[in-house]
Amino acid sequence: METLLALSIGVLVAAAAYLLLARDLPRVLLGFVLLGNAANLTIFAAGRIGTMTPPLVEYGATALAAGAANPLPQALVLTAIVIGFGLAAFALVLVMRAYAEFGSAQAEDMDAAEGPDEPVSPAPDQDPVPAQREAA
Amino acid sequence: MPLPDLMLILPLILGIAAAMLVACLKPASAAPVGAATAAVSFVIYLGLAGGDPASASFWAVPSLDIAGGLRLDGLAALFALLITGIGTLVLLYAGSYLKGDPRLTRLIVLLLVFMVAMLGSVTANDVITLFIFWELTSLTSFFLVAYDHEKLEARKAALQALLITGGGGLALLAGLILVAIAAGTTSLTGIIAAREAVLAHPAAVPAMLLVILGAFTKSAQFPFHFWLPNAMAAPTPVSAYLHSATMVKLGIYLLARFNPVYGSEALWQDLLTWTGLLTALTGAVLAFRETDLKRVLAYTTVTALGTLTMLLGLAPELSAMAAVTFLTVHALYKAALFLTAGILDHETGTRDASALGGLRGVMPWTAAAAVLAALSMAGLPPFLGFVGKEIVYEAAVAADGGAGLVVLGAFLVNTAGVAIAGLLGWRIFFGARPKTPKAPHDPPIAMLAGPVVLASLGLLAGLAPSLLGGWLLDGAAAAILGFPPTTYLALWHGFTPILALSAVTVLLGAVLTLLWPRLMRGLQATRRLDRFGPANGYEAALAGIIRTADATTAAVQHGSLRGYMQVLLLVAALGPLAVLVARGGIAWPADAVLDPRALAFGLIAAGAVATAVAIGTFAAVMALGLVGFGAAVVFLTFGAPDVALTQFTVEVLLVVMLATVLIRLPIHGRDSRTTRQRTGDAGIAVVAGASVTLLLLAVLASPFDPRLGVWFGENSMPGGYGQNVVNVILVDFRALDTLGEIAVLAIAAFAVIALLRGAARPLRRGN
Repeated sequence: METLLALSIGVLVAAAAYLLLARDLPRVLLGFVLLGNAANLTIFAAGRIGTMTPPLVEYGATALAAGAANPLPQALVLTAIVIGFGLAAFALVLVMRAYAEFGSAQAEDMDAAEGPDEPVSPAPDQDPVPAQREAA
Repeated sequence: MPLPDLMLILPLILGIAAAMLVACLKPASAAPVGAATAAVSFVIYLGLAGGDPASASFWAVPSLDIAGGLRLDGLAALFALLITGIGTLVLLYAGSYLKGDPRLTRLIVLLLVFMVAMLGSVTANDVITLFIFWELTSLTSFFLVAYDHEKLEARKAALQALLITGGGGLALLAGLILVAIAAGTTSLTGIIAAREAVLAHPAAVPAMLLVILGAFTKSAQFPFHFWLPNAMAAPTPVSAYLHSATMVKLGIYLLARFNPVYGSEALWQDLLTWTGLLTALTGAVLAFRETDLKRVLAYTTVTALGTLTMLLGLAPELSAMAAVTFLTVHALYKAALFLTAGILDHETGTRDASALGGLRGVMPWTAAAAVLAALSMAGLPPFLGFVGKEIVYEAAVAADGGAGLVVLGAFLVNTAGVAIAGLLGWRIFFGARPKTPKAPHDPPIAMLAGPVVLASLGLLAGLAPSLLGGWLLDGAAAAILGFPPTTYLALWHGFTPILALSAVTVLLGAVLTLLWPRLMRGLQATRRLDRFGPANGYEAALAGIIRTADATTAAVQHGSLRGYMQVLLLVAALGPLAVLVARGGIAWPADAVLDPRALAFGLIAAGAVATAVAIGTFAAVMALGLVGFGAAVVFLTFGAPDVALTQFTVEVLLVVMLATVLIRLPIHGRDSRTTRQRTGDAGIAVVAGASVTLLLLAVLASPFDPRLGVWFGENSMPGGYGQNVVNVILVDFRALDTLGEIAVLAIAAFAVIALLRGAARPLRRGN
């Protein structure tokens, strides 16, 4: 069971990495969200899985029964899901804004930080779009 | 603190106090105050010199076993007297030489700080104090060479001097630390006492070589000699003080200081003898092809420093005496000649040796000083230079092993010295007088005092060498030897073969003086060979560093997001994996049980692959939703209903948001990577996924420590009065974290609003 979960988390990470390496930002964003899911599941699995019993103290008892799930990773993952959502929303709007600014959603076209009037000292003749060189 | 101890540190305190005072004074009064301070220090050292070595401790770092302190023995006293004595005259001279220069105050302050640094270096009794003051001399030298900082030449020369002496300083630091570890003490006297231990240490040879490297760079030994002539970009008083009389002799001082430890080592002797001789000959040849008086003098200084290094490498008994005598001789005549060169530059408007001549009539006092100094340099009786030359010859003749070469080398070097002395003392002041840019006359007394006093001292000391020897030089030689010297200084040794050698030297030198213009022009042809010289090596190394930095920046900061991502992912994946494999941590958890819940895992994996390979953005978003719901199902079926609920809600929101926004962007959804790029990326992706899986499996295979979960389970009711343990953790035990999380969400919301407002009225770039 755990082995299978670890394997599917591995697939999830691989898919996330593949998307993070994409040239267009919307795909990078999706990879980012996938990586967040992978992280949440990893925390969850590392706290050990197996039981179906939720971590609720039975009525009248003072402590959690022995067979219940581990509550700590759940608390951590809950926080992580919400934060991840906030981050994804922000990143999404950032992509939108970047598209509005540059008319493109490709990372290589966003070179405002390397303005044309700023002398690029090491090699001024170097091509400003490294990926095009890479593609050639 | 007893009075003698106080006297040891008083010159340093006075120097710093004067530097601070001068900084507040008008330029006109800066030089006299500086000169007076140096003179008072000179008198203090005069009172201390000649007695038994005195030492005192002023500071300590007990935790590092460092006892810093000062010690004045014969060698230190000799240096201290030269530093303060010549310092007095140079400071006086500088005030007149740079009269009206608004930067004069700064020059005087720097010279005073330099003087303190020099005094600290030569009177330090522990290697740490020595090193700190040593570095301070390099720093002040940097600022003084760059005095005319608006000139590129001066800036380059200053940087060159700093890099070479500073680099040597690093070597010296390493060497001194090794020596101190071997000796078990940082005290110089302690190190000399622990000679056996220092030599027996496994790192004895590297330590010695590092110390030698420090000394050679400071004292401009071949192949580091080129920085010294370039440092002539400094004003003449600085050249006379730092780059002939004092700072460049600090390397010689260090070698002399360590002579009792290493003096009988064959490697030490060979390295010093032959490097010294090579340096001396290089300087002698190069001096002939220069016409700029200061550069001529700089190369003869290189020659003198080479001779001193050579002497310290020869069998010590005689050479120690020869070294201290020649050092004194050289300091006196070279400072005098430098100051004369400055006067000539100042009064005639040029310091080109080939454009000067017959100045005897218009500048009688200057001529007298120059002639006296030159005669001492040429080594004619009854000047101290004669005594110095005789004893150098004696040491060379007495040296065992390769003596023929050493004597020949000493002969050539001395002959060149005579010839240059003839150039400076005779050619410039006698014969026909060509027209000069300014009408020359003798300078004011403040400028004249330096050369006249120094040159006269060379004559007076030569008349009674045994007086100087018994009072000062014997003690200095004793510090080099480790025991009192048995030789004594005398002007007249009788008719010996050495006297004949001296006579031949003078005659041949005089012939070379007459031939100087022809010789100088003939040697210009050798400039073509300069590109094979070490100066070019320095330039190439400097350019190489800049090129390497450029290439590194271009390779590391290439600006491609993909490139950064690739490196990040590979490092993050392979780093932990390598550790895991190396430590034998690969392990599988033992779980054979399978139930239908595992289907949700398949949902996640399938959704992930679909997201990655989806052609359109919209399809990718849908597949992403599949992954989120799969995760929610996992949470739900493994006892985490709260997490599952949150995940469902967030996933729905996210998919709606992504779909809405990404569809609004009019971009075609295809992945714009080439097939080759995609293949490479897939490889990286597989490595990353495999790494995470293996790490997670190793974690799951290791025994689990449930204490935290159990603690929360036990304390949830009594501590938080809640049955839902996850809720209690979030809002009670970790309430502050949750508050932080809410704050993060709020900030993200504000940022989103701000960006959306901006997007409504886009700010197009100018071009």
